[in-house]
Amino acid sequence: MKFPLRVVSVERSLFEGDVEFVIATGAEGELGVLARHAPLMTILKPGPLRIQETYGGPEQTLFVGGGFLEVLPERVTVLADVAEHAEEISVDAAEEARRRAQERLAGTLTAAEETEFQNALAMAEARLRLARARRG
Amino acid sequence: MPAFRDIVRRIDSIKNTQKITKAMQVVAATRLRRAQAAVQATRPYADKMVEVLQTVSERSTEYKHPFLIRREGKRAVMILVTTDKGLAGAVNVNNIRAATRYMSQNFPEQQRYVTLGRKGRDFLLRYRRDVIAEVSNLPDRPSQGQVLPAVTVALEEYTKENVDAVLLCYAKWISTIRQEPTVRVLIPAEIPARDRDATGPRADYIYEPDPESVLDGLLPRYVETQVFQAVLENKASEYSAKMIAMQNATNAAGDLIDSLTLYANKVRQAGITTELMEIVSGAAAQEGSSRGR
Repeated sequence: MKFPLRVVSVERSLFEGDVEFVIATGAEGELGVLARHAPLMTILKPGPLRIQETYGGPEQTLFVGGGFLEVLPERVTVLADVAEHAEEISVDAAEEARRRAQERLAGTLTAAEETEFQNALAMAEARLRLARARRG
Repeated sequence: MPAFRDIVRRIDSIKNTQKITKAMQVVAATRLRRAQAAVQATRPYADKMVEVLQTVSERSTEYKHPFLIRREGKRAVMILVTTDKGLAGAVNVNNIRAATRYMSQNFPEQQRYVTLGRKGRDFLLRYRRDVIAEVSNLPDRPSQGQVLPAVTVALEEYTKENVDAVLLCYAKWISTIRQEPTVRVLIPAEIPARDRDATGPRADYIYEPDPESVLDGLLPRYVETQVFQAVLENKASEYSAKMIAMQNATNAAGDLIDSLTLYANKVRQAGITTELMEIVSGAAAQEGSSRGR
């Protein structure tokens, strides 16, 4: 059974269509959504968003750098802070970002900076994992 | 009387200027279309965000996020959106005037500014206003990440209780010939009321981790989105104003060319007439003297 899914970031709309299964990286861990899932509102952590138009079929993967996932009885929406199609990820930029974040985290930081760079690091690592998985 | 050649040279120079203004007009028109598309692209996200906020705030009525609490003080930080380049009609002047006037009327105690765009920054610095953050040279299609740092500074001022309100001023795009400077209060935030006849679902969600964290995450993004949209809309206003300004310049150049051409022809004819008179009187003198012989 299919349900309409929409993935939007503030800059553009990345996906719109009927799907059967979607897997997101929620605040409490990975979660999969099928049709007739209970209404849910969750914070997303940086990570992949895997979309299957038919259950178990070919997968389309997006990178979502944090945001929200809303599940309603009749539709599912992802409000992404940043989002990219897997093929748009720049491995070099992600590696550079990871290096910078690690460098900064090695020094002494305020609590706010600490969370900021932890987040940057998590984003970079999620991007890299996704890009590598794509290349096989 | 100026020489005919000089006038022709001036006409040529104005024609060149006209070519430039004409080109700028065309470029502005194209960029306007692109800017409008960019504004459109933010709508789905922004609309959805409001919808979710409404649902969440209805659910957790007892929890008040700091951004929703009204403070009494008279100190504020204004996020002022302007353009980076000139030749855009009155857009910048209007924005700056609206922003500074609103600030001095409503927040006499302390006024701080965050500027997005070079023109606003330069103006405020010249008048020694307190500019605490600035971003300039934004591209036509900026990413949220380019605007964000400045907004974060403004939000931090509020969280640290250095200011009691966060405001936003930009040129609202109404039509190609009309843009209006608009001041909006970002914090204390107001979640727009739901349309009474809205058939939208009032979902009762399962919250992960909990409603408070979701609201904590949503509100800053709501504010950021409004600023981002303002930047894009200001771009649209900028290009509309520029288009009209360049159109006026092109027309003015055309009028000038017409009147100068007329003048040039008169000068040329006056020259011919003078020459003819000289020849005729010269010939008459010749004739007179030969008869006398």
